[in-house]
Amino acid sequence: MRDEVLRRTRAAVATVVLAGLLVAPWVVDDYTSAILARTLALGLVGVSVALLTGVAGMPTLGQTAPYAAGAYASAVLGSQVSDVGVVQVAVAALAGAALAAVTLPLVVPARGVIVLMITLAIGELVVTVLGRWRSVTGGTDGLAGIAGVRPFWGLPVLATDQARYLYTLVVVATLVGAVLLLLRTRAGVLLRAGRDDEMRLRASGHRVPLYLSGAHVAAGAIAGAAGSLLVVAQQYVSPADFGFDTSALLLLGVVIGGTASVGGALVGAVLVIAVRDWLFGVLPGHAPLVLGVLFVATVYLLPTGVTRARRPRPVPAPRPPDAAPTRDRDTTPELRV
Amino acid sequence: MIAVAAGPNRIDPYVIPALDGVAYGLLVFVAAAGLVFCFGVANILNLAHGMLYAIGGYTAAAVFDGGWVSLALALGVGVLAAAAAGALLAGLLTPVATGNHLTQALLTFGVALAGGSLLVAGFGPDDPQVLVPAALDGSVQVAGHRYAAYRLVFIVVAAALAAGLYLTVRRTRAGMLVRAAVDDPEMVSCLGVSPARIRVGVLAVGGALAGAAGVLGAPIIGPGADTADTVLLLSLVVVVLGGLGSMVGTLLAALAIGEIQTLGVALLPSAAPFLLFAAMAAVLAVRARGLALRWAAT
Repeated sequence: MRDEVLRRTRAAVATVVLAGLLVAPWVVDDYTSAILARTLALGLVGVSVALLTGVAGMPTLGQTAPYAAGAYASAVLGSQVSDVGVVQVAVAALAGAALAAVTLPLVVPARGVIVLMITLAIGELVVTVLGRWRSVTGGTDGLAGIAGVRPFWGLPVLATDQARYLYTLVVVATLVGAVLLLLRTRAGVLLRAGRDDEMRLRASGHRVPLYLSGAHVAAGAIAGAAGSLLVVAQQYVSPADFGFDTSALLLLGVVIGGTASVGGALVGAVLVIAVRDWLFGVLPGHAPLVLGVLFVATVYLLPTGVTRARRPRPVPAPRPPDAAPTRDRDTTPELRV
Repeated sequence: MIAVAAGPNRIDPYVIPALDGVAYGLLVFVAAAGLVFCFGVANILNLAHGMLYAIGGYTAAAVFDGGWVSLALALGVGVLAAAAAGALLAGLLTPVATGNHLTQALLTFGVALAGGSLLVAGFGPDDPQVLVPAALDGSVQVAGHRYAAYRLVFIVVAAALAAGLYLTVRRTRAGMLVRAAVDDPEMVSCLGVSPARIRVGVLAVGGALAGAAGVLGAPIIGPGADTADTVLLLSLVVVVLGGLGSMVGTLLAALAIGEIQTLGVALLPSAAPFLLFAAMAAVLAVRARGLALRWAAT
């Protein structure tokens, strides 16, 4: 009963938020458009967090690392290569994927709370490097005056906040669509299976660490692309954008959205970031206190949002025709080593 | 000191950073030991750990006025306050104890945010000035260099604390229960020890360690708006480098981090931003397999 209520509430909220995001540029002022574009970029990072946390079962607090790598790659390299947005997104995604690939040996052997610790340490180390590597990143002052981009070859440079918002919206929608499509294939089924019962999947000959590596690199690429969007949205980048509080907020957004749901993660992350920005606007000085209390309250109020990833899904995903037939859990003896 | 005799001219400038590194490393060890407890015994990633350290630091800044009596008072108040905050955290965690790691990490992060905000509200937004004991305010001669007496005494005290910690975990009944809870929590609860009590105890002890580190280490890593983040990051890196749960490994990793942050920066200033990262990569390359096995076991 409670699950049903929660599910309906989530669907209703998601519809309202998505509709609001679509009409926003024609309703709100320029400043809010710019803030919303940044929020959308963070929503895309939230999608990558959900991919790792909910779908692959590796809870992460370090997706700000590829996000930062993408943002700086886009600002430093991308602007020299080309002013075309698509190219910059590609450069940023490559940078994010590269960072994720470098950290693979640290992350993939770990499970559970250890992944949280290791990813958090990686994220914080990246922020430390960004703050100290002054010659490239501009240190804690960040990089300002980043040139505008044109979305595609032949199109004009994005000059208004509204245009930048729409560009962000289109890129985010495309990438989220791609993730959703990818998760409907065999790859998504295997990732979920590895999350639910890794030992059994291993026993049937699947190389789970390989799948996890793929998911980690893909999530890194998505977060990197989001970094490029952040640079376009605020035309400025500094290590303050990638702090540890951002990771925690994104994780909270993903949990609110239902952990394993990609669309829910986007909506949840957008909501949480929007609430944070609003709180810092209306309650300067006490915003962290209220935010902290909101964290605690959400954790108490949303138990199903957290444990859903552990339960059988209400509607089983369609089994791909080439996958080996699986038997019911109850009739199959447990294989544990 | 033997090395100094062998090549005084080349080694000489690095004696002081190296000593600083030992002080820094021991401080990080005492702070990280609390995190190891929470993580190893209760399986909780305590993101509020840095805030517990900050409680100790702010207490030192507020209570301590340079005399020995006030130092003892600051230590007592700081340790008690941080331990109480840890116990409170355990109480908040009780309703979600059966949930997964995400819930617990998010809860501790919320407490860290709120607690950090309260600390800043209570003690003011500026980084407070921290004194050192008047009797230790001078400097002493170390291998021909002047070195701050407080840091030298700190090294001794922190080393004693580390040794005490090791003996407690190895030799006392409480330490045995803690190690047993790491290995087999179900069996320990079968023996009649409530998991909730263990959680409260572990988080309180973790808080006490962080508080003690915060009070004693305030002249080294002082209280301020960034303290909680800095201490949490250093503790996490130390715990990961130390092999997740091994006391000796944690100590070695903490000393290595201390040397990297002081001696490494003095030796290779241009590479300073990457040294922490490089250390993680190096340790990984050397013992990737051992770490993987250990992770698989936990």
